Amino acid sequence: MLNFFQLIIIYAGIYALMAIGQNCITGNTGMLSLCHAGFFCIGSYATGIICKTLGLSFWFSLPVAALCSAAVGFLIGVPTLRLKGDYLCIATLGLGEIIRNIATNVNPVGMMAIPRAELFGYQFSSRNKITFIILVWCFVLIAYFLFRQLAHSRIGRAMIAVREDEVAAQSNGINVAKYKIGSFTLGAAIGGTAGCFATAYTLTVQPGSYTFMVSVMVLCMVVLGGMGNLKGVILGAFIIEFIQYFPQLVGLSSVIPAQASQIIYGLVLVIMMICRPQGILGRDNYRYGDPRSLREKIRDSFKRPSKKEA
Amino acid sequence: MAPLLSIENITVRYGAIEALHQVSMSVDEGDVVALIGANGAGKSTLLKAIVGQVPLAGGSISFKGEEVCTSAKHKKSVPTHLLAAKGIALVPEGRHVFADMTVEENLDMGAFLVRDQEAIEKKKEEMYDFFPILGARRKQKTRSLSGGEQQMMAIARALMSSPHMILLDEPGLGLAPLVVQDIFQKIKLINEEEKVTVFLVEQNARLALKASSKGYCLENGSIVLADSSQALLDNDKVRAAYLGE
Repeated sequence: MLNFFQLIIIYAGIYALMAIGQNCITGNTGMLSLCHAGFFCIGSYATGIICKTLGLSFWFSLPVAALCSAAVGFLIGVPTLRLKGDYLCIATLGLGEIIRNIATNVNPVGMMAIPRAELFGYQFSSRNKITFIILVWCFVLIAYFLFRQLAHSRIGRAMIAVREDEVAAQSNGINVAKYKIGSFTLGAAIGGTAGCFATAYTLTVQPGSYTFMVSVMVLCMVVLGGMGNLKGVILGAFIIEFIQYFPQLVGLSSVIPAQASQIIYGLVLVIMMICRPQGILGRDNYRYGDPRSLREKIRDSFKRPSKKEA
Repeated sequence: MAPLLSIENITVRYGAIEALHQVSMSVDEGDVVALIGANGAGKSTLLKAIVGQVPLAGGSISFKGEEVCTSAKHKKSVPTHLLAAKGIALVPEGRHVFADMTVEENLDMGAFLVRDQEAIEKKKEEMYDFFPILGARRKQKTRSLSGGEQQMMAIARALMSSPHMILLDEPGLGLAPLVVQDIFQKIKLINEEEKVTVFLVEQNARLALKASSKGYCLENGSIVLADSSQALLDNDKVRAAYLGE
């Protein structure tokens, strides 16, 4: 049981990274994208190839996975620049499927027995989940603070302006194309790191696991937690992962089919949309140009949201 | 002196339809120029052409003596966000405010290109003095403002970057007559006090001509009349067609 909780925490961490990336694209810049499974796939493969085929360290694969995903994100961002809303959604969905299909066709079996991640001689193995939890959640925290800083910076303001009204953003001198492609690239990069950790944990890469459902799940996490709200999307990742593994958790996996979790989180989303459409923690409030020092910010981030802007 | 904005023989086509036909006009520094015309005359297309949102099929547009748009054959026009950096601020039709942001945050957005925080604060105070209602509503979400207040905020936001020229697309759209009058008075004041050149596109011909010094009349994509605003107000044709007299 405890073991199983630990597993959920690890997966929640990996998906929290994905959700932070998706939040950058959908929550901040307002682009409805459905290809995070593709970025996840690229990150996983990059790690698999570097660690196994090239025999290099996991720590080297981490930035490379991020860079590879970022490059693909950039390549997806450019042609889809003029698309909006549902059209963008469908185009990115297709691109995500292309990535998966390429992976399946090149090698349908995937990769197995990838070497473990190592730090100062210590091997991160799935047997000792606690250390893996620490590893993953350290990176979730880093990503959280980085993207939080970003959202409150000039760049973050521009991204929000693009989301709110492109015409107004342009007439205020904001280069809409630059920020749209930029947020795609950044969101993809963090999706790639999530793939990297997933590979380091399962030590396998299977092309069958990067389906469209993964992208939908990540989008659900963002919508559930609150668009543009980083704490919210991390919470969303937890909830969705918990629902995902609920049948196994209560020991009814033989009675409740695996698809039941999809029904449950479909239900959760419907209830959310009716009762609290802005997400559990609500949308972000635009606290930019924050005059607080970094230390105060870190301190305050552990408190409840300040009443300053309320 | 060369005009601040000069438009020479521009033609704009949407497919087979010619929306603007050989339109020429100029806006001098410090002037208020009004462009009047009925629905579908091509007013908004002209503004879109100036800010580089629609490609030109012919002609050219220059700002401060520098060519910013030419017909597609030669080169691409300067994108909208760079025009903003050059000093043209557009107040788009239908206001386009950032509805979920407060008034203050909207004004901050307007000053996106200004890097000097002190200058931004000063300009904001100036705007609150100029539009007292915005000062009173600075912490309110823009969504909760009335149409007239939103329009004032859109104008204030455009002024935040201290532009040389502002382009106003139908500032009176969908507003009560008294509010419209108030806004046009403000526009006149902006021109006098802030020394901003104003190019005004409006259906409400009487108010637009009263607020401006020079006027153009657009009909079916062509300029049919160009004169001082007073002369246009006295023109029989204008009186019949636009002033309903």
